[in-house]
Amino acid sequence: MNYRGIQSIYAFEMGRTLRTIGQSIASPVISTVLYFIVFGAAMGSRIQTMDGVPYGAFIVPGLIMLTVLGQSVSNASFGIYFPRFTGTIYEILSAPLSFIEIVLGYVGAAASKSVIIGTIVLITAAFFVPLHIAHPLWMIFFLVMTSVTFSLMGFIIGIWADGFEKLQLIPLLIITPLTFLGGSFYSVKMLPPFWYKVSLVNPVVYLISGFRWSFYEQGDVSLVTSVTMIGVFTVAALGIIAWIFRTGYRLRK
Amino acid sequence: MQSTAIEITGLHKTYENGFQALAGIDLEIKRGEIFALLGPNGAGKTTLIGAICGIVQPSAGKILVCGHDNVTDYRAARMSIGLVPQELATDAFESVWNTVSFSRGLFGKPRNPAYIEELLKKLSLWDKKDEQIRRLSGGMKRRVMIAKALSHEPDILFLDEPTAGVDVELRKSMWAQVRALQETGVTVILTTHYIEEAEEMANRIGVINKGRLVITETKDALMKKMGKRQMVFVLREPLASLPSVPDYTLALEEGGNKLIYTYNAHQDDHDISDLLEKLSAQNIRPREIESRQSSLEDIFIQLIG
Ligand SMILES: Nc1ncnc2c1ncn2[C@@H]1O[C@H](COP(=O)(O)OP(=O)(O)OP(=O)(O)O)[C@@H](O)[C@H]1O
Ligand SMILES: [Mg+2]
Repeated sequence: MNYRGIQSIYAFEMGRTLRTIGQSIASPVISTVLYFIVFGAAMGSRIQTMDGVPYGAFIVPGLIMLTVLGQSVSNASFGIYFPRFTGTIYEILSAPLSFIEIVLGYVGAAASKSVIIGTIVLITAAFFVPLHIAHPLWMIFFLVMTSVTFSLMGFIIGIWADGFEKLQLIPLLIITPLTFLGGSFYSVKMLPPFWYKVSLVNPVVYLISGFRWSFYEQGDVSLVTSVTMIGVFTVAALGIIAWIFRTGYRLRK
Repeated sequence: MQSTAIEITGLHKTYENGFQALAGIDLEIKRGEIFALLGPNGAGKTTLIGAICGIVQPSAGKILVCGHDNVTDYRAARMSIGLVPQELATDAFESVWNTVSFSRGLFGKPRNPAYIEELLKKLSLWDKKDEQIRRLSGGMKRRVMIAKALSHEPDILFLDEPTAGVDVELRKSMWAQVRALQETGVTVILTTHYIEEAEEMANRIGVINKGRLVITETKDALMKKMGKRQMVFVLREPLASLPSVPDYTLALEEGGNKLIYTYNAHQDDHDISDLLEKLSAQNIRPREIESRQSSLEDIFIQLIG
């Protein structure tokens, strides 16, 4: 393993993040506050509880997930797309780095940033609603795994995209709808049976469900299902990335 | 230690769009030499370098770098290579110092600030070490890229048109630096359009055209093999017609004021005194004699037709 190589990419990416940390944090914090005002305060007064949890508290895990998913995809896709765009990718390709090492560097950095921002959103939320975390370790597990899985997806998007439009299109077209329909603001169990079944093909449902369970011991699906599904997504994403590096798809000419 | 730096056999590259950029390259580059790849635009120079360095995926063929296969044993192969690509590509917002240290890290080498300092000083970048790259001039950026390529102390350095867009003075200083590198044992492979550069720098020259190596020779052998020499006789009185002297290729220039004798440089059996005698028998007496030698440029044009 070229540990120094991994560390160099990681440090480089984190450095880029820290240079723009203000913007990186400001926007998720502001939108979280807005969500609390709209959903928590305005609607929360009508909807008393959901699954026995006060509505304001109920949406906290979903809000964190919403931010973490978006951040993971955009950070990771931008992180690898940018050197492709500027041409500096030549250096990564000609360095003695395996695909696992390159992925560890880029995805590791993107996921770290997501975890940091997720934590900040959590802290912000604590100002609005009393928080209760039943299983902190599981909470951290879901936060980290979600960041990693969606950073892997972002990495794939960043390699596939051949323009800045595409880079923004996928998050807008796929990730945002999946997150909204994944039970960020409601329990999918509330849906009519048909739509409930449809929801189950949405990977985000499992992430939010597991994450919410770690807070309130309430989930749309069982813990085991959530954990299994996260494992499946991670392996699938890694498989696609391995294929990308083996064939050189969009990386090697 | 392996005496061959690079060994390429049967290298082909057809790009996705079906264009064949390399059509069977066989090439061996010795350790410690300066090798110049010379060829017109689109000849395949950058593609060839890319294939060696892992940026282009070859369609067929085998590449050994210091004895290591660049696919199956890519780590060892890439460790010994430093690459300065043709296009300027830098991280605009990074400082010179950080970007060069980053490159060293990518190759898994432990930090060595003393070495980086020496490198930046040699490349006249030391006073710019904390400057963001976007604030540097084009020539400085190119030197930053050279510093990045040398940051991990490679045995082989690829310079893809290192002096494109570099002023004459800086070009001279780069040449000197390349020679200094060679003295430390580094093998240098450079591409260039400037024939004078190849002539000035290289020990060996490979001429590439349309994806094929047309010729690979030491510079001296190339000049000898392909080079023509000419003897110019400046005459007292112009000649109206070409004198007939068997066995000698003669021509008239400048309205008969100059008589030109062309011969091959590698023929050392030619005899000027014999020719002079034969000319004087016809009452032709030169006032002056000059000799001319074809440049690498003439050879180049001859080769790629
Ligand atoms: N990614 C690509 N896809 C398709 N064709 C390509 C690609 N890259 C290069 N080519 C073609 O391959 C040929 C060789 O290109 P290459 O860049 O190797 O030439 P070169 O000798 O370096 O030229 P120059 O002196 O202009 O830098 C050219 O005809 C070019 O158009
Ligand atoms: Mg080129």
